[in-house]
Amino acid sequence: MNFFKYKAGTFNHGIHPPEMKDDTKGLPIRQFPFSPMIVLPLAQHIGAPSEPVVKEGDVVARGQLVAKANGYMSVPLHAPVSGKVKKIDYVPSISGKKNMGIYIESFPSSSQEVIEGHAIDLANASPGEILSGIQQAGIVGLGGAAFPTHVKLSIPEGKTCKYLIINGVECEPYLTTDHRVMLEQHEDIFMGLRYLIKALNPQKVYIGIEDNKRDAFEKLEQYKPLDLAVEMVLLPVKYPQGAEKMLVTAITGLEVPSGKLPIEVGAVVINVATTAEIGRLLPHGRGIQERVITITGPGIAKKGNYLITIGTPLRFILEQVSGENIKEVFMGGPMMGVSVSNLDIPITKGTSGIVAFKPQQSLENQSEYACIRCGACLDACPLSLNPSQLGILAKNEAYDLMASDHHLLDCFECGSCSYVCPSNIPLVQYFRVSKSIVRKRQAKAKS
Amino acid sequence: MKDQTLQIRTSPHLKRPLATNTIMLHVVLSLIPVMAFAVYAFGITALFLISTTTIACVGTEYVLNGKVKGKQNIKDWSAVLTGVLLALTLPPGFPLWMAFVGGMIAIALGKFVFGGLGQNLFNPALVGRAMLQAAFPVAITTWTETLVNGRFSHIIPSSLTIPFLEPIKADAVSGATPLSAFKFDKISTDVQDLAFGFTSGSLGETCAFLIVLGGVYLGFRKMLNWRIPVGILGTVATLTGILFYLDPVKYPSPLMMLFSGGLMLGAVYMATDMVSSPLSTIGIWIYSFVIGLLVVLIRIWGGLPEGVMYAILFGNALAPILDKSIPHRIYGMSSKNQNKNRA
Ligand code: SF4
Ligand code: SF4
Repeated sequence: MNFFKYKAGTFNHGIHPPEMKDDTKGLPIRQFPFSPMIVLPLAQHIGAPSEPVVKEGDVVARGQLVAKANGYMSVPLHAPVSGKVKKIDYVPSISGKKNMGIYIESFPSSSQEVIEGHAIDLANASPGEILSGIQQAGIVGLGGAAFPTHVKLSIPEGKTCKYLIINGVECEPYLTTDHRVMLEQHEDIFMGLRYLIKALNPQKVYIGIEDNKRDAFEKLEQYKPLDLAVEMVLLPVKYPQGAEKMLVTAITGLEVPSGKLPIEVGAVVINVATTAEIGRLLPHGRGIQERVITITGPGIAKKGNYLITIGTPLRFILEQVSGENIKEVFMGGPMMGVSVSNLDIPITKGTSGIVAFKPQQSLENQSEYACIRCGACLDACPLSLNPSQLGILAKNEAYDLMASDHHLLDCFECGSCSYVCPSNIPLVQYFRVSKSIVRKRQAKAKS
Repeated sequence: MKDQTLQIRTSPHLKRPLATNTIMLHVVLSLIPVMAFAVYAFGITALFLISTTTIACVGTEYVLNGKVKGKQNIKDWSAVLTGVLLALTLPPGFPLWMAFVGGMIAIALGKFVFGGLGQNLFNPALVGRAMLQAAFPVAITTWTETLVNGRFSHIIPSSLTIPFLEPIKADAVSGATPLSAFKFDKISTDVQDLAFGFTSGSLGETCAFLIVLGGVYLGFRKMLNWRIPVGILGTVATLTGILFYLDPVKYPSPLMMLFSGGLMLGAVYMATDMVSSPLSTIGIWIYSFVIGLLVVLIRIWGGLPEGVMYAILFGNALAPILDKSIPHRIYGMSSKNQNKNRA
């Protein structure tokens, strides 16, 4: 083993779930067929939903702006296909919340040529122009959080960006999206990096990659432009290393204070696929229309890494890849992904993977036992919280105590504690519910 | 494809394949060699004793936790484990009716009154054993020789004592344990005999070697916290090593200390009960050290030849205090806020 090759440290605790990436990690990214109907939710990012600028019956060309950003904490939407706006109506969403969205009937025979907007010239653009270019391109974190990237890149006053960390960790089992992007899109990644460096002017730039993607690590190392001061960091495999805070700690050794963002310690973390998207879109002034998604799991016959149009309904996708005997399908990885109940929901900018399980993989029949105080959850929690105690308090509905004395609100629902618990206690589920109750109470207390 | 058949679960959708009932079952399985050896050494009486306590424990659990509390958890194997462990702490000729009472007490007082599995402060098997020691001090210190002839065809007579009637017949009794022999008569026992079980003692006190084997298996399967036996045995070995070095005549050798009495069984199977040991790793180390220290204190300076049971019960009582008082570092907390992070 090349144990001594790891230059970085690590974070405390964490787990080692089975990686399950072998089925798709060797498969090159392929273009997915266009769906006859595209469903574009106006809220596919964190922040204010976009505002439609088209109306029913309008003909839109691929890449045309169809909804503009509603304020700073928002991004615009572009037509992912050429077609006709069928209606602007409620769209099904994964959370069950009612959201508005734009339905576009795609023209099957059109050339699907892309409309381009205002290009951002790397050499002459100011940091502010780059940020607004990123916003105009509709770019959000593609790792799953879908947080508007330009907001993340705006350094609050009084802070400076010391470390720019490109996140190529992809610690979720099954997913190979970022892996393939790193193998196939190194030019875009380094171009994106140039924009990011220009916008942030960081002191150090890192690309962090886990050891199970050594080929990607070597590829980027090999193609790294000589004039770009980037340090490639090979990290030992451990979940949840891809979580921002954990990655900052693994690479810089600094701890992000509780309740704060990585910029508190001078770090900005950007997903590697997001970086590639910036490098691809900004020089042409395009908007984001498609993304790479790993479609995998035992319930999928044609597993692979596909370039899929944003807004493609899940039902269409599963038909194309011959999903069969599916008991459970979720968007994202198996550790933090969300189960889908309605196949009409479309994929969005934040969808990094679609994993389908057959009944054999389903966990529904596990019986729950009492907490036997085995301590496994304590040894798993990357934040060193006490999930055992939190779980007991949640059962007793002592939510305020959980927040005040046991740091409930720091929990980022990584699922490590539930994963290891031998008594099958749904710890994360408790914490999710408890957090939302505490948040509601706090909001009430404020108003 | 039909949406209706889709199942909604919250994440994570993966799970480590190690469940509580599996852990308990494997602990019981790992004790099979120890039980088999007990039957070999003491004959069918041992088999009856183990069955009696196990039936008593499982039955009590079934009635109390299942019927009274309405939460049946027989399938988690924890009651079986308690029964087996209790039997292993008893002398071979222990009256079966007393053993049955002990099993009932173990579950009722050791577990049920605390609120069932996971809430018990003490190791239930040790609670049962402690109660038996208090109630029947003579029977519980009446030892039998190992490997007696006819042990497979005859039950040790004292086992069949009728409840509340006869006191134990003195003529059924022989064989002092190695610890009492040393403590009161300064007779050392050959360590080889101790390790391989050819000494008198409780059912599971005899063959230290097999107990270590079971512990190693569980440790590798991550079903047992290896720090506890290592901590306890390490403490005992170090402390008695120092004493033995100072005065080899007055103090027993560390090897004899390690392999005699209930120390091995206690360190590997009793103190490691997850429920009644601390949660945090630092807590585990302190807990193990305290138990080891107490074992040495009681054995060498106390009035009893054996102190493992009390040492572990004391450690159990200490566990929640350790969990509460050891501050542990939470990610991203300034040191100012750290002291609020008690477990
Ligand atoms: S879900 Fe929360 S409590 Fe559980 S391991 Fe992750 S951060 Fe810790
Ligand atoms: S992992 Fe489960 S059983 Fe073990 S201490 Fe945590 S909550 Fe309790």
